[in-house]
Amino acid sequence: MRQMIWLLLKREWQLTWRRPGDLLNPLIFFAMVITLFPLAVGPEPQLLQRMASGIIWVAALLATLLSLDGLFRSDFEDGSLEQWVLSPHPLTLLVLVKVLHHWLMCGLLLVLLAPVLGLMLALPWSVMPTLCLTLLLGTAVLSLLGAIGAALTVGLKGSGSMLLALLILPLYIPVLILGTGAMDAALQGLPVLGYLLWLGCLALLALSLAPLAIAAGLRIGVSE
Amino acid sequence: MSWTFFHKLGSPKWFYEISGKLLPWLALASVLLLAIGVVWGLFYAPEDYQQGNSFRIIYIHVPAAILAQSCYMMLAVAGIVGLVWRMKLADVALQCAAPIGAWMTFVALITGSIWGKPTWGTYWEWDARLTSMLILLFLYFGIIALRMAISNRDTAAKATAVMAIVGVVNIPIIKYSVDWWNTLHQPATFTMTEKPAMPPEMWLPLLVMVIAFYGLFALNLLLRMRLEVLRREYKARWVREILEKSS
Amino acid sequence: MSNLPDVLAMGGHGVYVWSAYGITATVLILLFLPPILGKRRLVQAEARRRRREGM
Repeated sequence: MRQMIWLLLKREWQLTWRRPGDLLNPLIFFAMVITLFPLAVGPEPQLLQRMASGIIWVAALLATLLSLDGLFRSDFEDGSLEQWVLSPHPLTLLVLVKVLHHWLMCGLLLVLLAPVLGLMLALPWSVMPTLCLTLLLGTAVLSLLGAIGAALTVGLKGSGSMLLALLILPLYIPVLILGTGAMDAALQGLPVLGYLLWLGCLALLALSLAPLAIAAGLRIGVSE
Repeated sequence: MSWTFFHKLGSPKWFYEISGKLLPWLALASVLLLAIGVVWGLFYAPEDYQQGNSFRIIYIHVPAAILAQSCYMMLAVAGIVGLVWRMKLADVALQCAAPIGAWMTFVALITGSIWGKPTWGTYWEWDARLTSMLILLFLYFGIIALRMAISNRDTAAKATAVMAIVGVVNIPIIKYSVDWWNTLHQPATFTMTEKPAMPPEMWLPLLVMVIAFYGLFALNLLLRMRLEVLRREYKARWVREILEKSS
Repeated sequence: MSNLPDVLAMGGHGVYVWSAYGITATVLILLFLPPILGKRRLVQAEARRRRREGM
């Protein structure tokens, strides 16, 4: 079992490196969206700092959504998805591996880039650990929930990504509220452990329930 | 235990016949209750001490809000029934109920917004209830959009069922987080309808309106489901006979 | 009901109350139109089909 997981991860890794754009585009998008805001509302540091955590989180949401659209599509098109559904291995496990890879390639990288962009939005260094920890947990939830939408829209041709966003954004709202709430507390110097624990709860909940929905969605998409 | 009843429930023809018998009574009762509730609420219920006559909007805002939420629960239940027991009728219910729920949410939002103007001074206020309603509307849109995007009817049925279940699991989480978010950003919470104690002269017409709305919802749902059943079973002889009789 | 202008004014909140009730009434009508009209259209389509096939 462990070997199979490792093999799968390696396969995903190799596939990703064939299309480095899939890796870089969400990051560039993330940076660009954040850059839009000072251009839109003016560069005054106090205003930017007030809005910073919101901007970063919303940009992270959108970047994750965009990167999720193609999560299962290439596997769907070349038939490997059907193999996964039919294989004797539990589909939920395969799905978890796929989502884990996505989180490592998207969420983790967003977490690494965020402090730099946070500095540009006048965030003080003191809140950066909170930013990174909340984003780390949050993007895990985002990847898990978003994969549900990706699975349900896997067979659709055309504007699948817009529909994906429509389906998943309402589900992202609790993570957004918790993440930005933690940032607000950090900015005021208040303790953030409670927020992190809540985010951890959400992550655990998503980890246990989302794979079921993702697998169900994939089975539906494949059986067409 | 009569499983035959349950299995009959899956038969579109049986559903059509039974709902046909139920329909006139349901229509009569709902319209009557609606008339009573509206007249009572608009003209005979006392006006609120603080809000004056704009308080009367409660008699449509609250029923619409309650229905908006109940309908989504129903979508999830229909989804589960459809997925677990493969009942076609459950999918018909899901398909037909979604737009009704969306309209109810819309009414709740609009009446809430209109009510807000004389009460708070603005047409929109990001309080917990209105914000949750708005998110609920988006959840409805998602289900409707998903169904429209998938051309294969069975696939669309299963996908929307999964989405409805996922949505319903998330609704308490969303509600809690929005409530909490609201306390973070607004020191005073003005809850529109949770008054310490509403006297019976005020909540009795509300109760009537809530029941009336439920009745109207059931009526509309049955009408839509009947039409959808006729469309889906178009080739069947009993459908042809019914259509011939109706013309 | 004794004093129509007063009823319409609703103590100054008339615009709000009546627009809210009016919008709701409109939505209710909009909700019931599709199934009723749809059924009628289906019946008419069936009648046309019967005529075409000479039943």
